[in-house]
Amino acid sequence: MAKVLMKGNEAIGEAAIRAGCKNYFAYPITPQSEVAEYLAKRMPEVDGVFLQGESEVAVGYMIFGAAACGERVMTTSSSPGVSLMSEAISYIAGARCPAVFVNIMRGGPGLGGILPSQADYFQATKGGGHGDYRLLVMAPEGVQEAVDMTMKAFDLAEKYRGPVMIMGDGLIGQMMEPVEFPEDFTPTPMNNDDWATSGMATRGTDKRNLVKSLFLDPKQLNDHNLLLKAGYDRMRQEEVRYEGYNTDAEYKLLIVSYGTMSRVCKTAIDTMKEEGLEIGMVRPQTLFPFPEQAIHDAAAKESCSHVVSIELSMGQMVEDVDRCVKGQRPVTWYGECGGDIPTPEEIIDHVKSLLKN
Amino acid sequence: MQKEVMFAGFGGQGILLSAKLLAYAAMEQGAEVMWIPSYGPEMRGGTAYCTVVVSDKLIGSPIIKNPTHLVAMNRPSLEKFAPVVKPDGVVLINSSLIPVRSGRDDVRELIVPANEAAVKLGSVKCANIIAVSAFAAMSKMVDVDILRECVKKEFAKKPKIIPLNMKAFDEGLKIAGM
Repeated sequence: MAKVLMKGNEAIGEAAIRAGCKNYFAYPITPQSEVAEYLAKRMPEVDGVFLQGESEVAVGYMIFGAAACGERVMTTSSSPGVSLMSEAISYIAGARCPAVFVNIMRGGPGLGGILPSQADYFQATKGGGHGDYRLLVMAPEGVQEAVDMTMKAFDLAEKYRGPVMIMGDGLIGQMMEPVEFPEDFTPTPMNNDDWATSGMATRGTDKRNLVKSLFLDPKQLNDHNLLLKAGYDRMRQEEVRYEGYNTDAEYKLLIVSYGTMSRVCKTAIDTMKEEGLEIGMVRPQTLFPFPEQAIHDAAAKESCSHVVSIELSMGQMVEDVDRCVKGQRPVTWYGECGGDIPTPEEIIDHVKSLLKN
Repeated sequence: MQKEVMFAGFGGQGILLSAKLLAYAAMEQGAEVMWIPSYGPEMRGGTAYCTVVVSDKLIGSPIIKNPTHLVAMNRPSLEKFAPVVKPDGVVLINSSLIPVRSGRDDVRELIVPANEAAVKLGSVKCANIIAVSAFAAMSKMVDVDILRECVKKEFAKKPKIIPLNMKAFDEGLKIAGM
């Protein structure tokens, strides 16, 4: 298929449809409302359903319901909305239902602002809701990757029987870039007869399925958590994705950055390279599982004297970076969190000041 | 080689659309493209601006502090953004609404009475098409023939207004001296 020019938000909506998602429930919030606008129009064209909930709390449980029935289902929201959905996300994870959540992040805490942010890193990777669950979290750097990841998310959600989250930011949602959707793509949802409450007649069986997250027996609950943990451990083995940028060079400093912020870093790295200063970057494409080994090894490079985590938050991912570097190099944070995005020039200045000290 | 143009004006002047048309044309030419709107708590009649980046390689930063070119459709836009345009860039000034000039001698000014010309053609609404064709002709950021096709395609669902926009397109080329 030829390339088309699309806004990130619209492209995510189209990607969901291409991935066979026929259920989209959402509540509008800037900066992602175009997904709802787009799918309100598109879903009926493919015999799908768009339903606007009365709140994000309700939407969370609509997702739970559709997911429990074994349907491909997605919602999109932005930071405060995802907070409201967090209870349902925990239940969905506990009940082992596949679902796709998209967070086009805006500034926080509270109502914050409507400009781009990455301040929901902790919420997405460390919890948000209660209990011992993890989300598989993917972070696109642009519109094409947002499409690829959204399409992939449905398969991963089924593979691990749990919620998957796409973490974009306001800029990725709002900007337009050329995108290409795979030609002749046929979605292949996994068979879910052994757990989904899809109807005994539909399945042609007399076996009842039960979807629940309540386990009052301590051993049962412990076993259930061990089962979940086995899934998260498998993600750590099989789903880590990252991009190394200029990591073949003898870089003096290593940047770790993701999403929109990493693209600004790429421009800064290219500019410094032209000046003869080599800087490397590891860009996590999955925030959970985190590219622990890649960051550990990249920091260990002999030429590298410093690691800096550059993010649109007040220093969240830096804690994971620090954990991975394991004290081999100093690890610091740089970023901004009001909605403005550091420019390549500001990053260059900061990197140079770090190398001077 | 990367080029950036900032389109700026009042909300309702078709700023985002003219930028999108330019981005479409660049994409049709096979270039890497990025269209970045300013978004925020905006209102009708407020300011609107939008940046289009065109490059022959993957585009990095979406944050453009110093664009190559500027299309200023109203006075506040010119005053705000003319100082940050890179030297040798094109600064298009919609002289129908802007009585002043950029105040720079290191840029190429293109004076376009876009509103007046549009009214003469039949509707002030096509002022943005006049501006984008004049800009493309002078800056050579995209091929004007491809851009013309993109304008036609954009209005394909409203065929009645295509002739007006084609006239506007040609008027823009004429003003730019093509």
